[in-house]
Amino acid sequence: MEALKDKLESSFLVLENELNGEAQSTVHALRREAFQRFLQMGFPTKRHEEWRYTNLKPILKPDYRIFPKEDTSVEFKDIKRFFLSDQDTYKLVFVDGVYSSWLSETTHQGFDVCTFSNMLNKYKDVSDEYFAKALPKDEALAAVNTAFAKEGAFIRIKKNITADKPVELLFVSTDHGHEIMTQPRNLVVVEENAEVTIIERHQSLSESAVLTNTATEIFALRSSRLNYYKIQNDNDTASLIDSTSIKQYRNSSVNVGTFSFGNKFVRNNLNFFLEEEHTESTLDGITIISDGQTVDHHTLVDHKVPNCFSDEMYKGIYDGNAKGIFNGKVMVHPHAQKTNAFQQNNNVLLTDKASIDTKPQLEIYADDVKCSHGCTIGQLDDDALFYMMTRGIPEKEGKALLLYAFANNALRNVKIPALRKRLNKQIANKLNVNLDFEL
Amino acid sequence: MLKITNLHANIGDKEILKGINLEVKPGEIHAIMGPNGSGKSTLSSVIAGREDYEITAGHIDFEGEDLSDLDADERAHKGIFLSFQYPVEIPGVTVTNFIKTAINEIRKARGQEPMPANIMLKQMREKMGLLEIDSAFLSRSLNTGFSGGEKKRNEIFQMAMLDPKLAILDETDSGLDIDALRIVSNGVNKLKSEKNAIIVITHYQRLLDYIVPDFVHVLHQGRIVKSGDKSLAHELESKGYDWLKEEAAL
Repeated sequence: MEALKDKLESSFLVLENELNGEAQSTVHALRREAFQRFLQMGFPTKRHEEWRYTNLKPILKPDYRIFPKEDTSVEFKDIKRFFLSDQDTYKLVFVDGVYSSWLSETTHQGFDVCTFSNMLNKYKDVSDEYFAKALPKDEALAAVNTAFAKEGAFIRIKKNITADKPVELLFVSTDHGHEIMTQPRNLVVVEENAEVTIIERHQSLSESAVLTNTATEIFALRSSRLNYYKIQNDNDTASLIDSTSIKQYRNSSVNVGTFSFGNKFVRNNLNFFLEEEHTESTLDGITIISDGQTVDHHTLVDHKVPNCFSDEMYKGIYDGNAKGIFNGKVMVHPHAQKTNAFQQNNNVLLTDKASIDTKPQLEIYADDVKCSHGCTIGQLDDDALFYMMTRGIPEKEGKALLLYAFANNALRNVKIPALRKRLNKQIANKLNVNLDFEL
Repeated sequence: MLKITNLHANIGDKEILKGINLEVKPGEIHAIMGPNGSGKSTLSSVIAGREDYEITAGHIDFEGEDLSDLDADERAHKGIFLSFQYPVEIPGVTVTNFIKTAINEIRKARGQEPMPANIMLKQMREKMGLLEIDSAFLSRSLNTGFSGGEKKRNEIFQMAMLDPKLAILDETDSGLDIDALRIVSNGVNKLKSEKNAIIVITHYQRLLDYIVPDFVHVLHQGRIVKSGDKSLAHELESKGYDWLKEEAAL
């Protein structure tokens, strides 16, 4: 951990030296400030309350390359499978942290689907207004990302516009024969009464360890609508730390779906800050993992103002010696009356070795609110399985059908048919069955 | 069709069935009656293949084949159907998808192609009419939030769709009001043919006014203590089970 910290420190100096004129900018002042914060905090350990169930040490141990060599060998055929089929989309592709214009499909027609670096160069007003304004200051890994924030997606949907196609973000890691760490940084601004759907994936094409430390800031302005889906299905040498923070303004509606099937290690820090009244927030998650995998979901819904609605549903299926963590915090501030906040986390452990640490955390300081939470950990229902078998459904298919049904309602907010189909297929694959219908 | 010989079954260390003998031929309806705890539901579970029970002696043959090594799904593939006393709620699986999966898994096991969707739909409509089921029913989650009557109707609807050779109806009358009882019994009677057989397990004689048995057996302490025709059921109704318990104790 110390080695990586030292390496980041020297890398940060390299970054500063390469900035030239930009070194005096507001953005860079924020980078520097974030890096100082990180140096003070250090990497979180299990002594840190928010990390008590997750040991980062092994993830931080490899000798990661911080500035990978540029790789121009990736072709569309290598990554085609990561995109939705039968669905036209805008695409932003980054290879080892570097934007790949020939693999991407961007636009500036009525709205911007382009790169973070482009935004820094061209839209100083945007960076001044939004950069590093949503992520909490006390998250060390988000601070590292902010310090190294150079490239990623910039999506801005202008007032009253509905994006005509979903946007797919794909971050590919390739570095041949060397471990790499990347720091993708995304900024999404959905302006007043605008609407967009975004799908984000991180995929390693490398056999070596990959650590992606990504951060996304999202601003959903008044009456805007955003659907944001994260597909976490990377290979078993890839680790992902995702810090996503969302600020919601009056009447906006934001849905984030996090679908975790792959990776060696995933940590999601997902924060919703409700800045104005009458917002709607939904957080859905499906986690299906097995041997050697860890997925840690930390969510926060911060009800700062009255009359907001939030609904969170996370489902987990853990096989082999998989390890799951769910820490869902809902904060209702003293004057946030008429808050409606719901949360549920349901888990199935398929073996004795699989584990889930689940911690629903509701802090309610207002008295006129409707809040509920529920958390369950169970095994498959033997009675239901026997019932299915007496109808001729074999044990394996019966189990899969039950698990499928268990997980399925967390797909409630997936509105793109092509994505629904893909997720259904991925769930079926993970459960090792071929069911011929969509639930 | 079904031949049970000297069947003993345990759950844990406890012996529940203590030597059952029963033969059911195609076209017959058998009623098994008995007081609570006599082993009625155990018998139906053991025939259907529930793994919680251990068969310690005797055997069950179905169409000349010993069932003991077959799992519950394989028994269903052979044509055995159990209507549950307490049908299980399965949220997230609709009635349609459940039945479709069941039918096609059975067809797969029998080496047949999946049933074309239009034929399946036609059959569903027909059987729904038989049981006076509304079509909205099909898209509901299986048994989830169903009333007692709806659950039982759903069981018989599944029976109608799967068309088993042997159907075991475990306490199908419990939780039914008189109208639902009439509809369910009517459905069962229409499904009855010379080729299939039905075992009706019930505590009360009431159901047997509608589904008229050829044979009535009384189960007590894991044994069939008396067999007769339908008049035995009436006798039990008026006299209760105590006289049989006394007789058995002798």
